[in-house]
Amino acid sequence: MNILLDLFLTFAKIGLFTFGGGYAMISMIENNCVERKQWITHDEMMNVTVIAESTPGPIAINCATFTGYKKAGFVGALAATLGIIVPSFVVICLISMFLDNFLALTIIANAFKGIKIAVGILILDAAFTMIKKMHKKKLPRAIMICSAIVMLCINIFAWNFSSISLMLIAAVVSLTIFVLNGAPDQKGGAKK
Amino acid sequence: MIYLDLFLGFLKVGCFAFGGAYGAIPLIRDVVMSYGWLSDEMLTYMIAVSESTPGPIMVNLATYIGSSQAGFLGAVIATLAVVLPSFLIILLVTALLKTALKNKYVQAVLRGLKPCVIGIVLATGIYMVFGNCFGAISAIQINLQAIILTAILVASMFGYRHFAKKKLSPILLIVLSAIAGMAVYGI
Repeated sequence: MNILLDLFLTFAKIGLFTFGGGYAMISMIENNCVERKQWITHDEMMNVTVIAESTPGPIAINCATFTGYKKAGFVGALAATLGIIVPSFVVICLISMFLDNFLALTIIANAFKGIKIAVGILILDAAFTMIKKMHKKKLPRAIMICSAIVMLCINIFAWNFSSISLMLIAAVVSLTIFVLNGAPDQKGGAKK
Repeated sequence: MIYLDLFLGFLKVGCFAFGGAYGAIPLIRDVVMSYGWLSDEMLTYMIAVSESTPGPIMVNLATYIGSSQAGFLGAVIATLAVVLPSFLIILLVTALLKTALKNKYVQAVLRGLKPCVIGIVLATGIYMVFGNCFGAISAIQINLQAIILTAILVASMFGYRHFAKKKLSPILLIVLSAIAGMAVYGI
């Protein structure tokens, strides 16, 4: 089979059958691209995961772009990335046509009131999981706590300040402290 | 113009979404609220739907919001915009800058960004859970049904984790919450 088509279809399959986003997809990608198709090695896969941690955007997209590029250059990257996107795009487009009508039904509206509560809990739980994995050092903790407090204030008092500005400030603070310390060579940082 | 707004808004999200889907949700809320595209309520529903449908949550949300604001073309634009930064960055990193991410200054920036994202996610979670149960800070009211639901869901989450020794999948929790919602609000 044409490699581009193969890339597209394999990633479309991964996109269609993984629920729950990012980390669930990594094992699917590992299974398909490393074990079955042998497009990339296990070590390369581990490397992409680390890179994905340090770059913005959906992890699955990072993996797809990388694998596609390794196999067939820029066009390959394009084919694999589109493959991941297309299935969820189609599914969501279909759902979005019906959601408003659905919500008009009382029983569905009630279900969604319950779901709204679950979403809050899921986000809080995700935060706790990330905190557990975080470096147990003073500086990251201080940045984490300050960011949380500022973000809470932004939400509560409707401050006109975006979370992106907050992230930029955190980056500048961390870089400044690093430079003031004489930019020591240190390992790690990208650890999970 | 809505298409341009969608493109720029989601491009921003794509550029700063560190830490996976949950890291992106506060950013998406920010963008959606600042343009006034959706109510908080509707956005939360969309997050739940994106979580329960296949594919990357960020892509699902972008498609969803784009489609709700400007139909099919809006969905295409928002989806491409959210994906574009990571696509380009990975190409750059794998093709040209193999060692860029190991650079100690880049690492120093990332060491600042990551805990900040965690703080933002934490604050968003606290704000949402508190808001569900007690409403806005300026007008506190006790939503008994929401408190009961929160208690049920948290209890089943920890119960499952304790007895099954693994995490309850987000989809199961959402299904459970839908059923509990129908029960609690239906009576």
